[in-house]
Amino acid sequence: MSTLEKEKELLKGLANNDKEAIEAIYRDNYNLIQNLIINNNGTEDDARDVFQEALIVLYEKSKTDSFELNCQIRTYVYSVCRRIWLKKLQYAKRFESQVEFLEDTVPVEEDLEVHDKLNHQYGIMRSAMGKIGEPCKSLLEAFYVHHKNMIEIASFFGYTNADNAKNQKYKCLMRLKKLFFAQYKNGN
Amino acid sequence: MDQLLLLEAVERYLRGEMNDEEKRVFEDMRKNNPELDQMVVEHNFFLEEMDRYGEIKRFKANLYDTHHTLQENGDIKEVNAKGSGKIAYLWNRYRKVVAVAASIAGITALLISGITVAFSPKAPIRDIEELRRKVTSLEKKTNTQSLQINDVRKKIEPGTPIKFGGTSFLVDNRGYLVTSAHVILDATRIFVQNNNGQDFKADIIYTDLEKDLAILRIVDEDFKSPGSLPYSIGRSSTELAEPVFTLGYPKDEIVYGEGYLSAKTGMKGDTMAYQISISANPGNSGGPVLNKNGEVIGILNARQTTAEGVVFAVKSKNIHRVVDEMKKKDSSQHIKLSSSSNLKGMDRVQQVKKIEDCVYMVKVVLK
Repeated sequence: MSTLEKEKELLKGLANNDKEAIEAIYRDNYNLIQNLIINNNGTEDDARDVFQEALIVLYEKSKTDSFELNCQIRTYVYSVCRRIWLKKLQYAKRFESQVEFLEDTVPVEEDLEVHDKLNHQYGIMRSAMGKIGEPCKSLLEAFYVHHKNMIEIASFFGYTNADNAKNQKYKCLMRLKKLFFAQYKNGN
Repeated sequence: MDQLLLLEAVERYLRGEMNDEEKRVFEDMRKNNPELDQMVVEHNFFLEEMDRYGEIKRFKANLYDTHHTLQENGDIKEVNAKGSGKIAYLWNRYRKVVAVAASIAGITALLISGITVAFSPKAPIRDIEELRRKVTSLEKKTNTQSLQINDVRKKIEPGTPIKFGGTSFLVDNRGYLVTSAHVILDATRIFVQNNNGQDFKADIIYTDLEKDLAILRIVDEDFKSPGSLPYSIGRSSTELAEPVFTLGYPKDEIVYGEGYLSAKTGMKGDTMAYQISISANPGNSGGPVLNKNGEVIGILNARQTTAEGVVFAVKSKNIHRVVDEMKKKDSSQHIKLSSSSNLKGMDRVQQVKKIEDCVYMVKVVLK
């Protein structure tokens, strides 16, 4: 398989949240990014955070209909990480010595703007989820995130039957929707 | 209970779990019942958001697992920086530990000196006074020094005396103001002065150093709300070369300046800021940058000292973000950002006349 085809396969896997693809991309690129961050005033934890955020950016991008990557995964990930890290450095200390860059980069500004927006919406949902409390949060996540059916959920949470669990889920859902839309409308 | 069944039906419909017959009936109902139609649309949007939330959550969990696996297999290199990189790395990593150690050492030293003072013979009062004055003058010196350090760091405030100043502007007519966070750094008390020279007491209610934004609230009974604000706080991005203007307090009275948007990013490609070509001086920090329609597009925060007329402004959408974050942390403050401008089509003189009442000088009393 040529490199190009292999990369295409990886990206397809990434879009499907496929463990093997993620692991391959992780293995091929992580050390490069870790070096970049650590040689530029960061720690291992910073490297992990920045790298993972960059993979989320790539993941979001790979799921769009018009998705096309015009460079190698490595170049893209490197560019995104560099951008994210530069931004963080700038806010922490405004006057850093010049950051070292060894690899080629591609422009990623637009992708990051899209990501910021999506991240903002994710934040709204996460905060609404955080506010509804337990057992609502686990119940809704079991249904909507982990796609469990109502019978599994009833037995897991100890409801006597699926209808009772459904009733509870409905109440939780109404609360979540209320919180979510209140924040969404306020913020937009 | 009806609602439950209805919502369940909507969900099954949206997830494509209905058979053809059911689907036809449901679609008929939808056509004849606008409320149901609205419910479907709203729930569809909600489910999409929920799906995305779930996706990202699962993806993050996968990333986390992968990191662990690779670390255990030794595919992720151990950190091994060299030379100054290593020192910086160790410093970053152990910064907190060092800080704790240093404060323990500091407390011990204070304790010992306290004990020494308590047990040593009392000096004559005059001596003590003199000493105190020395301490105050020393303190003043360090104050100015730290100010100068701030100056270098923030660039826009070279060599200002102890009282630090900047500009702020109303974003909610009930007395909420926005300014740059660096303007109010280290403040103990804050006063804002309007265009007529009247002072009002204000509280800091939120600061975000990362975005260099702060929200103040006027807490003074003399303050009268100016009615609805003439400008709006913009959310969209602005085009290159768009003419902009600002009002601020580089001196004791309000000063007008105009220029144009010269780049869509700030210093070193910072996407949170714009680069603007305008004449700005210390004191302009925190001032609004408006476009010709009377929309606030940014907040002035820094200028580049190595080049002429290069000024940076934080994008106004960050105000919206800061207000959202604030709401999350403290639900007692309900800021409603001004969302419509009534300055469209007016000539500049008229526009400025309306705006100037909403722009305040910030006076900071330092620690």
